[in-house]
Amino acid sequence: MNGYNFAYLDEQTKRMIRRALLKAVAIPGHQVPFGSREMPLPYGWGTGGIQVTASVLGAGDTLKVIDQGADDTTNAVSIRRFFARTAGVATTTDTAEATIIQTRHRIPEKQLREDQIIVYQVPQPEPLSKLEPSRAETRRMHALAEYGSMHVRLYEDITRFGHVAISYDYPVMVNRRYLMAPSPIPAFDNPKMHMMPALQLFGAGREKRIYAIPPYTDVRSLDFDDHPFRTTRAPQCCALCGADDSYLDEVVTDDQGGRMFVCSDTDHCESRQAEGHTGTGEPITREAAE
Amino acid sequence: MNEDTLLSARGLTLHFGKVPALVNVDADLWPGEVLAVVGESGSGKTTLLNVLSGRMRADAGVTWYRDPQSRLHDVHAMPAPALRALHRSDWGFVHQNPRDNLRMSVSAGGNVGERLMAAGQRHYGNIREAAIDWLAQVEIDPARVDDMPRTFSGGMLQRLQIARTLVTHPRLVFMDEPTGGLDVSVQARLLDLIRSLVARLNIAVVLVTHDLAVARLLAHRIMVMQRGVVVETGLTDKVLDDPQHEYTQLLVSSVLQA
Ligand SMILES: Nc1ncnc2c1ncn2[C@@H]1O[C@H](COP(=O)(O)OP(=O)(O)O)[C@@H](O)[C@H]1O
Ligand SMILES: [Mg+2]
Repeated sequence: MNGYNFAYLDEQTKRMIRRALLKAVAIPGHQVPFGSREMPLPYGWGTGGIQVTASVLGAGDTLKVIDQGADDTTNAVSIRRFFARTAGVATTTDTAEATIIQTRHRIPEKQLREDQIIVYQVPQPEPLSKLEPSRAETRRMHALAEYGSMHVRLYEDITRFGHVAISYDYPVMVNRRYLMAPSPIPAFDNPKMHMMPALQLFGAGREKRIYAIPPYTDVRSLDFDDHPFRTTRAPQCCALCGADDSYLDEVVTDDQGGRMFVCSDTDHCESRQAEGHTGTGEPITREAAE
Repeated sequence: MNEDTLLSARGLTLHFGKVPALVNVDADLWPGEVLAVVGESGSGKTTLLNVLSGRMRADAGVTWYRDPQSRLHDVHAMPAPALRALHRSDWGFVHQNPRDNLRMSVSAGGNVGERLMAAGQRHYGNIREAAIDWLAQVEIDPARVDDMPRTFSGGMLQRLQIARTLVTHPRLVFMDEPTGGLDVSVQARLLDLIRSLVARLNIAVVLVTHDLAVARLLAHRIMVMQRGVVVETGLTDKVLDDPQHEYTQLLVSSVLQA
């Protein structure tokens, strides 16, 4: 795109964001304020993630962008195209091939490596926001590691439902110090953050916050000793690749109530199919599923 | 500061504009002792409680607290994290309006368990057990452990606040008119409960009340305040049976006339 700097942002802005990123990496899980810029996309479209990606992207990088696990949604396609045009970088849908993965709402099924960076788009960076509306107070709570009220929330869930009823954005303790919102990924993905070899960066554009988890960092989902954190997934196998261990999306296939469970990670599903794995391929009726 | 006082204040002075809320106030509290601060509305009782507990700063004077290891802390020079930790563990604060302290959208059990969770307890079953035990101790039916406080009566809310405060076995509790705003019969029951709990658990209490009958029932010693000045202090029975200062005499005679 002529007339634009590499990866759209000017060098001074990227330097400012990199400084915030360095600070974030130095204090795992701690939210660092940054001067979020206007982007040619509205808030809610991943402007925080895009600014972080723009600041760490180099000419030799290969970029993958996923939205809810899929590479082919409008949002993922337009962000990928944006960087292909403004930075001229290679793009891919193959998790193994990517050096930077920008994501909304999922972590790829394939284990990430040391030479990769994953950038999360974050709508609400403050894990305590539902419990405490005041920013000044949540800052104080983080400074003093006063997280008792978050456990009260878990206590209430167990009392009411018999288990913790948080299925997305399930709060984690990073490096045994900071409570962190993992962004609205399913709780199913939380264990992938623990000791991940890849660098994890989080950008919240509207809230103007950046945070990070360095490689091989302890990341624990909050729980009680007698109610340990457990992941849940639909009890089905993927109808396309037969996977019984991946996170599934429910897809409605017709207007008769027919539906299919398929991998939410499209690249994972396609590469399994390429290896010869198959599912039933059949939609299931509502009765059969119950 | 005397060898074994728990809390000691010297020369506390605080003005709100021209209003003298505290004038050169000294106070001492021994472990397990209940000290009542009495006086008419506006005499500076709540202000004294707030200053003693570090919630508010005085213009002058000092307050010392002796921790369980017998180390002395200048309450107003303590770093904020240490003071907040103290308020969550060794100290407690019972407000006149329990709604100022309770989480109204959290179950009774969650309210009682919060301080345990803040102190790092991570066993749901044990926390719930402790909550049930404490509900019984404050005479709330343990079957109500999962109920929301908004379904509780005023007296029950106050007892729930007390359970929530005492669950970590604090050594020192500040109470501001804990029976204020309650019906007389409800008050009497609550006073009996507070008296037996603090005696059994050996808790020191600074109790603010405008009601001499409350002071008489609960307090070992009493401080009488008038316009920010402590005009008389001593053993409760002695002060109330034989008041020396004319303001105390006025307070006592107005109770007798009522
Ligand atoms: N925050 C404040 N700002 C201004 N004046 C105050 C404030 N708090 C208390 N005062 C004044 O200080 C005096 C003592 O108040 P307070 O300690 O609340 O008395 P008490 O608890 O004995 O009723 C009163 O004259 C009151 O109006
Ligand atoms: Mg008062």
